Amino acid sequence: MVARFLTLKLTLMGNTFRRSVWQTIGMIVATLYALGTVGLLVVATIFAGVAGNPDWVAVAITLGGVLTVVGWWLIPIFAFGVDATLDPHRFSTFAIPRRTLLAGLAVAGLVSVPGIATVLLALGVSLAWVLEPGVLLVSLVGAVLGIATCVLGSRAITTLLAPVLESRRYREVVTIAALMLAMMIGPLVGWLTNGVEVSVQGDPADGGGAGTGEQLLPLFEQVASFVGWTPFGAAWSLGGAAHAGDWAGLAGRLAVALATIGLAWLVWDRALARSLVRPPVGDGSGGKAKGLGPFGRVPFSPTWAVAARTATYWLRDPRYSGSIAIIPLLPVIMYFAGQSTGSFFMLLATGPFVGWILGFSISNDIGYDNTAFALHVSSGVDGRADRWGRAIPMLAMGPLVSAATVLVSVWIADSWHLTLPLLGLALGLLLVSTGVSCAASARLVYPVAKPGESPLKSPQGAAMATFVSQGLGFVITLGLSLPVLAVGITAIVLGSVVWGAVTVVVGVLYGVVILVLAVRFGARVYDRRLPELLQQVQSFP
Amino acid sequence: MSDGTTTLGAMTTPVDPNPPGSPGTQGAQELPPHDPSAALSVRGLWKRFGQKIAVSGVSLDVPAGSFYGLVGPNGAGKTTMLSMATGLLRPDFGTAWVQGVDLWARPDEAKATLGVLPDGVRLFDRLTGRQLLTYAGMLRGMDKDTVVDRTNDLLQTFDLVADADTFVVDYSAGMTKKIALGSAMIHAPRTLVLDEPFEAVDPVSAANIRDILKSYVAGGGTVIVSSHVMDLVQRMCDHVAVIAAGQVLAAGTVDEVRGEQSLEDRFVDLVGGRQHSEGLSWLRGS
Repeated sequence: MVARFLTLKLTLMGNTFRRSVWQTIGMIVATLYALGTVGLLVVATIFAGVAGNPDWVAVAITLGGVLTVVGWWLIPIFAFGVDATLDPHRFSTFAIPRRTLLAGLAVAGLVSVPGIATVLLALGVSLAWVLEPGVLLVSLVGAVLGIATCVLGSRAITTLLAPVLESRRYREVVTIAALMLAMMIGPLVGWLTNGVEVSVQGDPADGGGAGTGEQLLPLFEQVASFVGWTPFGAAWSLGGAAHAGDWAGLAGRLAVALATIGLAWLVWDRALARSLVRPPVGDGSGGKAKGLGPFGRVPFSPTWAVAARTATYWLRDPRYSGSIAIIPLLPVIMYFAGQSTGSFFMLLATGPFVGWILGFSISNDIGYDNTAFALHVSSGVDGRADRWGRAIPMLAMGPLVSAATVLVSVWIADSWHLTLPLLGLALGLLLVSTGVSCAASARLVYPVAKPGESPLKSPQGAAMATFVSQGLGFVITLGLSLPVLAVGITAIVLGSVVWGAVTVVVGVLYGVVILVLAVRFGARVYDRRLPELLQQVQSFP
Repeated sequence: MSDGTTTLGAMTTPVDPNPPGSPGTQGAQELPPHDPSAALSVRGLWKRFGQKIAVSGVSLDVPAGSFYGLVGPNGAGKTTMLSMATGLLRPDFGTAWVQGVDLWARPDEAKATLGVLPDGVRLFDRLTGRQLLTYAGMLRGMDKDTVVDRTNDLLQTFDLVADADTFVVDYSAGMTKKIALGSAMIHAPRTLVLDEPFEAVDPVSAANIRDILKSYVAGGGTVIVSSHVMDLVQRMCDHVAVIAAGQVLAAGTVDEVRGEQSLEDRFVDLVGGRQHSEGLSWLRGS
């Protein structure tokens, strides 16, 4: 039966190859990338184990293993719906004993690019102990237990949380939280390593240097010896304990590792039993909004209808509201990013950057509408109404947000003399990129996460189309922004107030001209390609 | 509504399926001219998706004021044909006239008199039911008072008043169908084209919708519904066309098409595919 599940999973994987060429290429690239990374890590670890310091190997395997387990356990919570090919609910009508189902799903869970990479990596790095056969054996057992911890723990958590994960409200909250977390990873890592360097060296002014690695080892060893006793790291630290000859420690960690696996199995078993007899249902309590909302506050015309609908979606659809929630974080991120180099350049560039990214965010609006766009087609909404309608909320909100970002950044950097040129740049870029988006979204439609899906999930096989469309949009925006950039940079270099004022005037006037022309062009393309646009979104996977 | 002579001409609905052997457009010249008085008149519609020809040379006249049923097995090309006749999908060949207006030459004018309920498309479901109806009305360029009045009427009629402020994404399948139907009707179109309007709708709501559609037809409107529930079409419609494999097999008044048989038997005769074997002998109780 377990073999049957494996065959099923392999068939499903094989069939994705048949669906589209791009998907196949994407899969191959992902596989090559994973194999390359695994190979590099394995070779480095073996080299360290054979030629270098075996103590390092023990620490590296334990800490790396902990990160792997954390990844396996947490990522599915945020990136929901990523792999539902073997959803247990689909097997609920077959009379499969639960024990068999569990074993089958567990093994099948390993048949994926991340699964295979984990197996290869776990077994591969154990070979670092090749000089000590006894330790090697213990380490291999540890690797197998570690893999089991990853898979079983991951399944236990997702199955246990399934009732929560399936509710729309929760998914929307988690989506935004995950997006913000993902944005913060860079600065957090920078901040942590800074902190570690400071605490190790005791002297922040000293620039670190060659000795850093050696000095960090005791800290990492401390952390590793601690996490080695937790469910996350117990299995991975078995080899290290054997190497150190710590037999009591080995027995203790083995007990922790086995208990973790047993508990995960038990939790999964119970949760699955419960979910199989209780099919997924909506949480019943639907969201409500009183009255007409934005629709009651705009003039009654097709243009303003589209504007009100777009504004509603900006607030209510996590695919849009997620990107709004990130904007206040950008100055913070840029602040930390710039801190390591000691210059405020990154921070000061935030304002213009926000203007550009805001305008860019509506560049695939029809893709986001998905087939709901059929209403526009059957109503015969004309291009001008559709294009302007989608641009209006951006033109109402964008200038305020980019101006606020500029003010915050010059305030933090204490560079008030740059306010005017930066403001001009931000407004100019906002207007130009909004215009380019209005033109591009009538021509370059590419698949994105469907309504209700996690924005972190990008549809398979769409990478190339996304890359081409976004790249093209970027190049065109950059080219059309050159006049504004030239004036703005001149103003910053010269530092004169007059040039600053000129930047604002040029930015706004030039931006408006480009916007009007681009919208007109976009409207014409839209009118000509209306049914084709609908057919395009209908063909999305 | 329409005068006697043209109605007579339309009632006999010329059926002209292209001979299967001629996949080109050469046949287009031989097609009879479109009927300007018909609510919907299509000539020689073709559509191909990749290797599959979904619709091959469909010509059909839907007389004004009729309740027209479009029946056919799954995958017969009903949805593709209706999409091409309502401006949602550009045909490879052929065109459609809506009350004498060439849809693909003057789409805005033709679409203004059409109300469309497409099958298998999403709605703007982050809006509440009331907002969605309002949005549909505004997109049609209607003024505020009319939109507000008609939105209230539609919510009342479709029994959605209690859920007017709930997001459409949280609606059940039947409620979603009803709100989509409301969005298709809000601008009081002369012709309603409804693709599978009764799917997932509960019997009480379905009966209500039938009454609404009947009185709409009595008032001079035209309704075109696609369905694969023969019984429903036989009871509800006065005209019917049978479509299979992208071609019209029969069209006309319901009585003309079914003759002495029930519509369902006639349909099976036309489409074929019934198996008269013993079938799954092992399934009978042991």
